[in-house]
Amino acid sequence: MAIIYIDGKPLETQDGQNLLEACIELGLNVPYFCWHPALGSVGACRQCAVKQYRDENDKQGRLVMSCMTLVTDGMRISVDESESKDFRANIIDWMMTNHPHDCPVCDEGGECHLQDMTLMTGHNYRTYRFKKKTYVNQNLGPFINHEMNRCIQCYRCVRYYKDYAGGHDLDAFASHNHVYFGRHEDGVLESEFSGNLVEVCPTGVFTDKTLKEHFTRRWDYTTAPSVCVHCALGCNITPGERYGKLRRIRNRYNRSVNGYFLCDRGRYGYEFVNSDKRPKAPLKRQMIDGKPVHVPMTRDEALSEIGKFFSNGSKAIGIGSPRASLEANFALRALVGAENFYLGLSKADGKLLSAVLEIVLSGPARQPSLGELKDHDAVLILGEDMTNVAPIAALNIRQSVNNQPRANAKAMGIPEWNDLPVRRAMDTDRGPLFIASVAPTRLDDVATQTFHATPDGIASLGFAIANFIDPQSPAANVSGEVRALAQQIATALQSAQKPLVVSGPSCRSEAVIQAAANIAWALCRKAKPAGIYFAAPESNSVGLGLFGGANIENAAEALRKGGADTLVVLENDLYRRVPAALVDELLSLAKHVLVVDHQYSATAQKAEYVLPGATFAEGDGTLVNNIGRAQRMMQVFNPEGEITESWRWLRRLRAASGKGREDEWISFDSFLHALVAEIPAFSHILDAAPTAAFRVGGLKIPRQSHRYSGRTAMKANVAVSETGVTADPDSPMSFSMEGFSMMTPAALMSSFWTPGWNSAQSITRFQEEVNGPLEGGDPGVRLIEPQPDSAVPYFDAVETNESHDAAWTALPLYHIYGSEELSASSPAVAELSPKPYAMLHSDDARARGLLDGDAVTVKIDGQEISTSLKTNDTMARGVVCLPAGLEDAPYIEFPAAAEILRSVTS
Amino acid sequence: MSSVVTSLLVIVFVLFSLLTTASLLIWLERRLLALWQDRYGPNRVGPFGLGQVLADMIKIFFKEDWTPPFADRPVFVIAPTFIVITALMSFAVVPFSPSILVSDIDIGVLFFLAMSSLGVYSVALAGWASNNKYALLGALRASAQMLAYEVFMGLSLMGVVAITGSFSMQAIVKAQENIWFIVLQPIGFVIFMIAGIAETHRIPFDLPEAESELVAGFHSEYSGMKFGMFFVGEYIGITLISALLVTLFMGGWHGPFLPPVLWFFIKVFFFICGFILLRASLPRMRYDQLMAFGWKLMLPLSLLNLMATGAVILWSS
Amino acid sequence: MLRKMFDVLEGLYSHLRSMGLVLKHTFAKRVTVQYPEEKPPLAPRWRGRIVLTRDPDGEERCVGCYLCAVACPVDCISLQAAEREEDGRRYPEFFRINFSRCIFCGYCEEACPTYAIQLTPDFEMCEYNRQNLVYEKQDLLISGVGKYPGYNFYNVAGLATKGKPKGQHENEDAPVDVRSLLP
Repeated sequence: MAIIYIDGKPLETQDGQNLLEACIELGLNVPYFCWHPALGSVGACRQCAVKQYRDENDKQGRLVMSCMTLVTDGMRISVDESESKDFRANIIDWMMTNHPHDCPVCDEGGECHLQDMTLMTGHNYRTYRFKKKTYVNQNLGPFINHEMNRCIQCYRCVRYYKDYAGGHDLDAFASHNHVYFGRHEDGVLESEFSGNLVEVCPTGVFTDKTLKEHFTRRWDYTTAPSVCVHCALGCNITPGERYGKLRRIRNRYNRSVNGYFLCDRGRYGYEFVNSDKRPKAPLKRQMIDGKPVHVPMTRDEALSEIGKFFSNGSKAIGIGSPRASLEANFALRALVGAENFYLGLSKADGKLLSAVLEIVLSGPARQPSLGELKDHDAVLILGEDMTNVAPIAALNIRQSVNNQPRANAKAMGIPEWNDLPVRRAMDTDRGPLFIASVAPTRLDDVATQTFHATPDGIASLGFAIANFIDPQSPAANVSGEVRALAQQIATALQSAQKPLVVSGPSCRSEAVIQAAANIAWALCRKAKPAGIYFAAPESNSVGLGLFGGANIENAAEALRKGGADTLVVLENDLYRRVPAALVDELLSLAKHVLVVDHQYSATAQKAEYVLPGATFAEGDGTLVNNIGRAQRMMQVFNPEGEITESWRWLRRLRAASGKGREDEWISFDSFLHALVAEIPAFSHILDAAPTAAFRVGGLKIPRQSHRYSGRTAMKANVAVSETGVTADPDSPMSFSMEGFSMMTPAALMSSFWTPGWNSAQSITRFQEEVNGPLEGGDPGVRLIEPQPDSAVPYFDAVETNESHDAAWTALPLYHIYGSEELSASSPAVAELSPKPYAMLHSDDARARGLLDGDAVTVKIDGQEISTSLKTNDTMARGVVCLPAGLEDAPYIEFPAAAEILRSVTS
Repeated sequence: MSSVVTSLLVIVFVLFSLLTTASLLIWLERRLLALWQDRYGPNRVGPFGLGQVLADMIKIFFKEDWTPPFADRPVFVIAPTFIVITALMSFAVVPFSPSILVSDIDIGVLFFLAMSSLGVYSVALAGWASNNKYALLGALRASAQMLAYEVFMGLSLMGVVAITGSFSMQAIVKAQENIWFIVLQPIGFVIFMIAGIAETHRIPFDLPEAESELVAGFHSEYSGMKFGMFFVGEYIGITLISALLVTLFMGGWHGPFLPPVLWFFIKVFFFICGFILLRASLPRMRYDQLMAFGWKLMLPLSLLNLMATGAVILWSS
Repeated sequence: MLRKMFDVLEGLYSHLRSMGLVLKHTFAKRVTVQYPEEKPPLAPRWRGRIVLTRDPDGEERCVGCYLCAVACPVDCISLQAAEREEDGRRYPEFFRINFSRCIFCGYCEEACPTYAIQLTPDFEMCEYNRQNLVYEKQDLLISGVGKYPGYNFYNVAGLATKGKPKGQHENEDAPVDVRSLLP
């Protein structure tokens, strides 16, 4: 605690902070550009100048850059002093000498840090008489629009892109006042986190290219706090809607989850919501001209017709989904009965998921939150390509390698926020990060050691490491080279303060997951606060796993046995989960097939009835992320047509069938209470967000900003008489600008704004401290906590089978763009999703006389997949990697035995 | 038989001319106010905008006649009728000409005073029954105001009565054949005029309504034809006070050349215009000023006037 | 007492005087303009019917920046910005003003950075049907420049459009050569 005097007033600050952070925490308006809470200070822009005085008798003082000045007790400064004010106005004046006059056509306008700072300093007119510099723009791919004229040379973009996100292809070029930020040539930015440039850039150099297609200013969005559905991490997002279409996704700060950043899949994958192909009314399949066609029907028709299938005495099978909310899955379970509810997972997926759940529920190792990944100082990744499966986790693990070298800087007395000297002190040192994977991953560049092997090989390495740490854990039979590596890793993990083991189901191997558990448990038993972190495949995989239940294959069995007429598929495209033949059989066994989904998936296309479900933006729900953190997503806008939440459809069906009362579970809260009463494991999800009755000062919380425009004109073309605002019975938010938007609890906070701070930088005004949690605590509740005294036995090591003469093992490679079902239908993401390929080790390929780029046919389970060959020098031998989950690619159950043939070229 | 027919004819004539006058006054007031404010006023409907009267009447008849759910319904409905009835009843004693008079009763002046006292019930009950704080405040103001001003209204007339030696209106008019009482009773005239304005709660004494303070005072909650009755009542009140001023002080129907009834109407018209001029030029009084003015100035003045008149009559007899 | 009486008399005089002064207006000239027969003179900056103007080249001035919409106190302007593929100019895909809500305050004109939206001296726009007061872009767009004859946003904005690449705008240098180290 240090007391500093600002303009004569004594104020409390924290030790070790810089003056700018202190001023921001105190709510003072000190303008700045180059400082960013996640990037630290470099003192480049000279904008945050304040006056510092030696003592109370010093009237002269001297200008200091507040971001570069350590707070000391008894320090005297002035923010409002006239010389410093003039200095700051001058700095803006100079920055604006070349800034173009294009705010009206700039997408940053209205949420522009430069605009805010210009206003804050009071600079009004450009006094520079000479010509403005111009720059030629680059095409940076489908995500980012480049307009270099607007640049004020603060260097934030390259500091974020290179230093923080580990990108290589964005840099500063040229010299003196010609500095240019861009790529060496036009091309797609390689980093998976390039979208954050939009929020990092204080002005409009980097703007959202997908937003440009349907541009809306900041104040015109209808927003609500939501959760990203494109992977299992549950990053907090703020979707923005206007005129009934989802316009963009912005980051929603949550220190325990994603912090300041989102991955590009999360940011740009939203456009599936706006798809024209989505069902908008209940559909019924009819034969027209001998062809099955889906024709729309009314809600009442649908309910009375479909409701009959569930009436007492008839049996229906329900298949849930890992991409549907807890509520939707529970509603299905309540409709068909717990004994007829099947998780929408294949047998193999279900096995991997329950292996993970068993470990985290019973083991002593704690799962760190996504945000806490940054704090670990030694990381081992077993068989997971985090960048493509859990992108923000990869970004945070990338930060963790700096933790040990930071000690160098600390020893030299350099404060942590002083970015440039810290980086100099760190030099090229990196903390321990070991990656064992099948193929190279995007984190390899910061890894201490990488190890590429088959899943069994990876598992053996893991068991060997565990054995080194705790000899009581089962030993694995490994070669000398691997043994040495295992010892190195074991030592590194043991000597760390906070070691972390990361794994996941991407290897399709239970053994890899168990090996990871053994390592973490061994560390825990050696009194190390080791963390364990599992990636999960989909947004609610863990939530679904906590329900417990059988899988799709079991559902097929139950149908084969007979007795059930109806099959209900909830938000699930079965063709992506199990072989097509099995799905076809499932669909033909059931007399009636009902699909409730927001996508017109392959399964939906074959269903007799389709009910239009809501996407994340159109409904309320709870998702449980990969570490069991339950987070509420609030409805952003009212969708057109009959689209509504799946749980609501299923509730209506339950009422229509006579199983439930008509007035039962009408409100979201009553439904949530029913869920919790039925499944106590979820009892804490009630705390994820305030109930619908919550009010601030007797008022709801508005979804629209107080500057929302066009209310009386946006629908005037339809009818000039204004319709009222739709009520929202499910949440304490209103679908309008009416309400109280201050003192909002963090779980209901969707847009961050305070007077004078319109840009993404306004977030600092809502944090308890710089980089701290949101005021009132980060939203979300952990459902899974470790059992520190657990005596779970170690898992047994696997027998390694290194011979790969008989056949190739086909393994999946996940791609951030393309492997996930929903984002893949967003045009910008689809543009970057890979073409189908098969990847082999170059030596393996050469041994078969194959070269990179050859056309090959991969034969798996009787399926022939024609594709082109890619080779790689470092990946595991004896393995053929295929991209997973690409659109139009047939389902393959990995791992599979494969045969590779050269295609006959014509 | 024929006297009954005559009486009926007179009653019909009086009622017809009064109701017509009341509605025409609406038009007249708007036109005159406009004239004095350099505007035109209603000039679009019919010649000189006279059709406005008809249009307004049609409008007010077809307006929704809404009774607030929180109001005391029977009283709320009855209240507006009082003001019209009492004002119309007062006209029974007003001599329009030597022959046109509904009833020449001996206590004409007292009858008028009684009727005007009853009129306050209308306002007080309307304000009470509305169950609305503004209406109640208006009603309270009206009661106090009318109570205060009625006292010296009566006293101011006593001089006239003393000179004539009769309460009969016709007798009073006849007594003015040679000299109008405005000459003999100038102070009585002024006091009666002031009290009359206050009784009709016209500007500058419109405190019971005071739209800028009390929304619309006692008739805040009234709409449609019930409001119309207050409206009409006010204009009949103006006509009544003007008619009494003429009868008691300005020689009634006396006048050369023209037929007496015409003289009567000309004089009444003059006073009505005077009322409107008052509205056009004076601001509303403050409530304490109104009370002080009534009790501290007008009442003593009227008593003095009565004493002086009495003394002169005693002395001259 | 005398003072009080004097006050009363003075008050009486002042009242009578004001009545006299008002009465004098019987003979004053009336100021009312008899509107439908007699048109009132409108200043060129009269705030009446809103139009969208074009720049001197005949292209739409509106770039869809939304500032008019957000400035509007009754929120009666709504639009959607879009970018023209052939030349990269921004334009409003639709532009709607609900004149049944408009209060003709002129804030939209004040906010407009391109002089596109302008209020004109025309207030005679009554309709029997409220729906007809909803004006779309085709109703608003005129073919002239309105009050600001010379202004062309794309001459000064610095935004590259077809036929006007970087460095071709007013007061602009040619694009920086990134590969040069010369000052």
